[in-house]
Amino acid sequence: MENEVVLLDLWASMFGMRVRIALAEKGIKYEYIEQDIWNKSDLLLQMNPVHKKVPVLIHKGKPICESLIAVQYIDEVWNDRSPLLPSDPYQKSQARFWADYVDKKIYDLAKKVWARKGEEQEAGKKEFIEALQLLEAELGDKPFFGGDKLGFVDISLVTFYSWFYAVETIGNFSIESECPKFISWAKRCLQKESVANTLPNSERVYEFLLDAKKRLGIE
Amino acid sequence: MAQEDVKLLGVVGSPFVCRVQIALKLKGVEYKFVTQDLQNKSEELLKYNPIHKKVPVLVHNERPINESLVIVEYIDEAWKGKSILPADPYQRALARFWAKFIDDKVFGAAWKSVFTVNEEEREKNVKETHEGLQFLEDELKGKFFGGEEYGLVDIAAVNIAFWVPLVQEVAGLQLFTNDKFPKLYKWSQEFLSQPTIKECLPPRDPIFSFFKARYESLLASAK
Repeated sequence: MENEVVLLDLWASMFGMRVRIALAEKGIKYEYIEQDIWNKSDLLLQMNPVHKKVPVLIHKGKPICESLIAVQYIDEVWNDRSPLLPSDPYQKSQARFWADYVDKKIYDLAKKVWARKGEEQEAGKKEFIEALQLLEAELGDKPFFGGDKLGFVDISLVTFYSWFYAVETIGNFSIESECPKFISWAKRCLQKESVANTLPNSERVYEFLLDAKKRLGIE
Repeated sequence: MAQEDVKLLGVVGSPFVCRVQIALKLKGVEYKFVTQDLQNKSEELLKYNPIHKKVPVLVHNERPINESLVIVEYIDEAWKGKSILPADPYQRALARFWAKFIDDKVFGAAWKSVFTVNEEEREKNVKETHEGLQFLEDELKGKFFGGEEYGLVDIAAVNIAFWVPLVQEVAGLQLFTNDKFPKLYKWSQEFLSQPTIKECLPPRDPIFSFFKARYESLLASAK
């Protein structure tokens, strides 16, 4: 039943994309309801009263908030196919650690690049590249963070790739020249249908970000 | 049964370390507590937590796990015994949500309310702390966040139960009081008096002195 699973989301949200990729990996049909984050719907406020943010996964009428929590939920409920997390407790803990690292670092560091200017922006660029290089080191020789297959960490991270063009353009730098391995990993992920069908056009994201900056009063 | 080698790199007085101690105790895991000097970090700490260089670090058969909530979930999965997370996926998602909320929104703000010299910052963080505590107050429906028995959220909230009242006293702030948050306050007294929890708490006076000294040196450096 399609409306058994509903997703409240914003097309440009790298957090929402994580949930969409997870749903696609599991082959779950769902109803997608686009949200206007500048004019929040009653449904969104009702389903996520604490944070008032997207994405919100709604399963049988019950909301699950926070993208990585939603992805784990999807993995645990639809546990008969395409596992997203490893089954071994130690491997699982490492996947959770790295996804948590992505959550703690990548958005804020990217924001330092697109929202600040001058010295602050330069510092942001440096720290952002360092974080990506740390992730490159963690990836090592594996095709994916999940090993042979796309896993939890890949899903938590690859969605930021759709924002790279915007961040590079605003920051006037090239991520690929500093982190070629990261880019080749991202492109490898994009060969998967679930990722390719989810990540939006990078130029559209750039337009979105410029508009967001105006609305937020960021120069 | 294979020889288990379990070490916890930590400091007495860290709420994040305390969470891990509670989880280990709940599962009856024997471990070695290796006290760290955070002003002079050991090679062992830097080897096992090169990314964040923080405590707690759980080292199980020489494999490290970092970040307190990641460690607690690992302990729940690696050892049998009393369950820390619920079995039902939806309840698990809710537990993870509220544990994360405590870290992202409540405890951080409470800490910043105390350890700042900027009045605007303090006001902003006090407001955020109160908002966060109110959500927790409204969320608490039974004896514990975990229901009849305590679970992940209660363990995560040991920061709120023990450390917030302690540091608010250091700064003379009214963050978490019985008047403002009666259900939460009652929960905290019940939770902290549970035998397993009580045994994992650090002694109050030395920890209070430690934070008071830190607060006073912060004020002094701002003058």
